[in-house]
This record gives sequence, C-alpha cells and structure tokens, in this order.
Amino acid sequence: MAGTAIRGRLSSRPRPWQVATVTSVIRETGSVVTIELEAPGWPGHRAGQHLDIRLTAEDGYTAERSYSLASANGEPVAITVERLDDGEVSPYLTEELRAGDELELRGPIGNWFVWNTPDGGPLMLVAGGSGIVPLRAILRHRQRSGSDVPVRLLYSSRTLDDVIYRAELERYRNDGAQITYTLTRTRPPGWSGYSGRVDAAMLAQTAWPAGQHPLAYVCGPTRFVETVADKLVGLGYPSERVRTERFGGVLWCRWMGTRSAACCTRCSERR
Amino acid sequence: MPLDGNAIGGLLHEVFGTEMTDAVATCGTCGASGRVAETVVYLRVPGTVVRCRSCSAMLMVISQIRGTSCVDLRGLAALDPRGDG
Repeated sequence: MAGTAIRGRLSSRPRPWQVATVTSVIRETGSVVTIELEAPGWPGHRAGQHLDIRLTAEDGYTAERSYSLASANGEPVAITVERLDDGEVSPYLTEELRAGDELELRGPIGNWFVWNTPDGGPLMLVAGGSGIVPLRAILRHRQRSGSDVPVRLLYSSRTLDDVIYRAELERYRNDGAQITYTLTRTRPPGWSGYSGRVDAAMLAQTAWPAGQHPLAYVCGPTRFVETVADKLVGLGYPSERVRTERFGGVLWCRWMGTRSAACCTRCSERR
Repeated sequence: MPLDGNAIGGLLHEVFGTEMTDAVATCGTCGASGRVAETVVYLRVPGTVVRCRSCSAMLMVISQIRGTSCVDLRGLAALDPRGDG
C-alpha cells in the first residue's frame, strides 16, 4: 500500500481475549444449540455483530472460530452453534459444553453487518441455514426497541425441523414481520410454502420491491450468499444496500453421510 | 470456499487496533472501492489472504507466527478506517 496512510488512532478500543462462563445451553434443533454466556468485561453489542471463540487443548494447541451473536442489544452474550460432524470446535460446543464451563472469547466484532434502528428499512433479511443467527438478533432488537420498520425474512432451511428459533420467529409474525420459509430437502405432508433453493423468481415474489429503497442483510454459506446478493442486485437493489456475511458452508456429504465443513479429502478418496 | 471480511474482524482489530470491517478498501490493481466486510477472504491458506471482489487481485496478506503479525498491504491503494471512502 505504497503512499497510503492509515488514518485514525490505533489501539483505541482493544478487544482482548476474556474468559466467559456458560450460563445455559439450549437445544434448538437436533444439531444446533444456543449457548448463553456471562462475560464480566463485555462492553455490550449491537445486532449483527459477532465474536471470536478460542479453545486451547492441554498441549497448547488452539483453535479459533467466529460466531454471530444471537442476542439483541442489551441482552447477555449468546451464540448459536451448528454441529459439523467433522468439525474441530463445533462438536465440543454442541455436545460437551455444560453450564459452568468457561470459554475464551473476544468481541464484539463487526461494524458493517450491523443494524441499528436509525438505519431504518424496509428490512429484507435472507438467511441460509444457521445464517439466521445474526438476523434473529436484528429481529429481536427490532421488537425489543419497539421499532415499526417493516421487515421481511426469507429463510432457506433443509427441513422444517431444521428451522432454528421457529417458535420465536412465529411470534414476530404477530408484530407484522413477514416470514417465508423455503425447504430445500424434505417437506412435511401438505406443505404449501416454497420448496427448493432461493432463486430470482422466489426473491421477486418475496423481497421488497427495489423502489421502496429496502436495506438487505444476507447471511449463509458462501455460495448461498453470492447467489442471493447477485439476484437482489439484479432486482435493482443497489449493492451498497445489500450487506452480506458468509460462513463456511455446511455441506451434506453424500459419501460420508455427514454434515461437513468442506467436501473433503475423504470424499475425494471415495471417488 | 472463500469467506468475507467479516470473518477476520477480530484479526484485523488485533492488527490495526480498531474496528476495520466498515473501513473502505481501494484496490491497487483495478481501483474498485468497497467495505472490508465485503472483500473475499481465504483463511488458513496458510496465512490469511484478502482479495478484491471486483478483480480478485490480492489486497492484504496477514500471517501470524510466534506472536508476530506480518502484514502485506501492497495490493491496496487506500484503506480508510473511517468508512467514509
């Protein structure tokens, strides 16, 4: 970056690692838990932000992961974690962690994929799988702050049972949130909602028209986010009004029959 | 699959001492500007590689070894942490 100065004071707001205590572990679906934490030095957070978790093994080996905050502004720290069967960190967090255990974390992190009530709307939220987590924080903050910003959520899930926070999302419907699910894998008998992956036609039917100057937040696996963001821009959303957050996709591995972080060396060996 | 600049918010905070995901990065190759949050990020390459979403040129490379961060910003024309471009 020749000839470029980095403006602003450095080290003004450090984000040191701190120890937090698990206060509860709530099972959301078969593979997903919400972990509530007591973090004494936590400076507070805003909907859409995330934190980093660091686990250290007895031999000193460390693994770091980022997780979206599931709780709204002013609420205690909470993250929602999906188990990846070949994961290094998520099996521990989802299966072994108990109330009273300690975790190292730092945060809050992020100042772009964030929604504050003055940012307004109408809000177009699009979630793929556990990409619902930061969008749930936004919906929760909207409700807790008494905001009347119009909001629509399009949530792509493998099955209805895999929908995270379903009961809570249904309550937001009563506050005027328009919530649409699309199920990509299996549908319950009599399902009259959308099925299949999010495409341009589905977005054209479910998203706010671009003329209403909507603000979109899209979170999910990389490929999902790229598709949705492209289609929204295609519908006339200005790209600076489409905020995106990608996470390592959860793939369903046909060969191993597991949820996988990457379609992996084991798969290539089988082929 | 690559992620995006949100995924390295904590790392960038460590390196720059301030929140950087809403900073505006200008590509030294194609001149496109965008939020750091919207860049293309490859973790564990090894090291962290940040690429331009418009032209895929390398913007930043960050490697951490034995407590030292090595930061290569030669691909950037500008990096404005105030986020006002």
